[in-house]
Amino acid sequence: MVQESGNEVQRPFWSGRPVIDCDLHNEVPSLEALKPYLADHWCAYIEESAFRGPDADDYPKGAPTTIRPGLEWEGEVEGQLALMRRQVLDPLQVEFGVLDCAYRVQGVHDPELAAALASAINRWQAEHWLDRDPRLRASIVAPTQSPVLAAREIDRWGADARFVQAVMPVRSLIPYGNRIYDPIYEAAARHDLVVGIQFGGAPGHPPTPSGWLSTYMEEYAAMAQVFQSQVTSLIVEGVFDRFPDLRVALIEAGCTWMPSLMWRLDKEWRGLRRDIPWVKRPPSDYIRRHIRLTLQPLDAPPSDKQLLEVIGQLDSDEMLMFASDHPHWHFDRLEESFPRGLSDSLARRVLAENARSFYRL
Amino acid sequence: MAEHVVATLGEIPPGGRKIAEVEGRSIGVFNLDGQFFALLNRCPHQGGPLCLGQQSGLLQARVPGEYRYTRVGEIVRCPWHGWEFDLKTGRSWFDPVRTRVRSYRVRVQARESESGGCGEEAGHRPGPYRAETFPVSVRQHYVVVEIP
Repeated sequence: MVQESGNEVQRPFWSGRPVIDCDLHNEVPSLEALKPYLADHWCAYIEESAFRGPDADDYPKGAPTTIRPGLEWEGEVEGQLALMRRQVLDPLQVEFGVLDCAYRVQGVHDPELAAALASAINRWQAEHWLDRDPRLRASIVAPTQSPVLAAREIDRWGADARFVQAVMPVRSLIPYGNRIYDPIYEAAARHDLVVGIQFGGAPGHPPTPSGWLSTYMEEYAAMAQVFQSQVTSLIVEGVFDRFPDLRVALIEAGCTWMPSLMWRLDKEWRGLRRDIPWVKRPPSDYIRRHIRLTLQPLDAPPSDKQLLEVIGQLDSDEMLMFASDHPHWHFDRLEESFPRGLSDSLARRVLAENARSFYRL
Repeated sequence: MAEHVVATLGEIPPGGRKIAEVEGRSIGVFNLDGQFFALLNRCPHQGGPLCLGQQSGLLQARVPGEYRYTRVGEIVRCPWHGWEFDLKTGRSWFDPVRTRVRSYRVRVQARESESGGCGEEAGHRPGPYRAETFPVSVRQHYVVVEIP
């Protein structure tokens, strides 16, 4: 994702300002790495059944979006962390970097095994990532398909200030506004944590409402539709009325679709709000108050000018939060990971201050 | 100001309404439990015939499930896109300051004072938003709309 000349990584034009990176990937190398944190009977189960982990494969290793060819990323934590430091944390002088582990325990159908894996992953994150680099913050992996068990896992880490959010894949069994998920939102509210909704997931039904897709290209691009459905569901079903302090980060969602969704929801709300009387203000108002978007991968209009127009249409300088999405490959040079032409104050907000206040960093 | 007789009292019983043409305007006159209110029959959104819309109450909720249904009959919804307006003030529910429909004063006036100027008012009390309103009166057998 980042061009390196020799061992030096070029610092981009906007370096020198505080930077908080809201999306760094840490990958569980294998089930072996989790065994020290799993009960004996689960270790035995894994060996006896030849269980290899959940089927979800949101980031196929060979896909050009996943990682630049030739870079070593998979493998042990040391290698992953070294690459992360060399390509992002050090050259950008990142103040805080939020890890978003995308291990999909949601794809494990045994809820107890899913919960055990989630718990193991979080202990592994604490020991192998958070303890190793004080700049890192992490996301609680939780079996969100079983909200009561997920809440239990969130409660386990709520007191560890290095865990700043609970993460859920955007593809879910049923939309996230449904009250079945309330235990998760209650737990997040209890510990003042952000709920992160992240690209991907494998709940067992198609990634679009029109059915199964044929190619990764379709699934990758269509994920924006799933995000839109979740945002709509959260607002319409009154999640933010029931949990007025809840904060939701959309991770790897893109952002250029958001203005049009806000316009659409506001328009329809005027005539249909009697169906949802708990939605007391225009939906865009809920979105600006409760929802944030990470920057990369950034949908790319043909010109910077057009991109700035879309960012302006958000009508908020608080909604975007910088993220490199390391090690996914969306740009060749670090320089390109941040749009040109933002005002100095907006640039500072996007690079660090929005995340600082949202994640209470 | 011009007063216009738009109906006899019996034409608009409580809960009823009538669309009247006054000085080229289409105006809806509503009887809410003996009090009369009049709105321009033109939705500020896209010009729909607002006063032909569903007349019902105000539905509110603090959170899902806690429904509160009040002011039954006092809200009219445009038949075109469902925007809700307060019959008593002409103000929309979702943007009461900027999105509102013109309202007119209505009075019920006794017949014997029909030619005698102000006459008796029958049950009319001024609403809180007088600036935009037009006086309307009912003269015993007549409902009178005031156009400023």
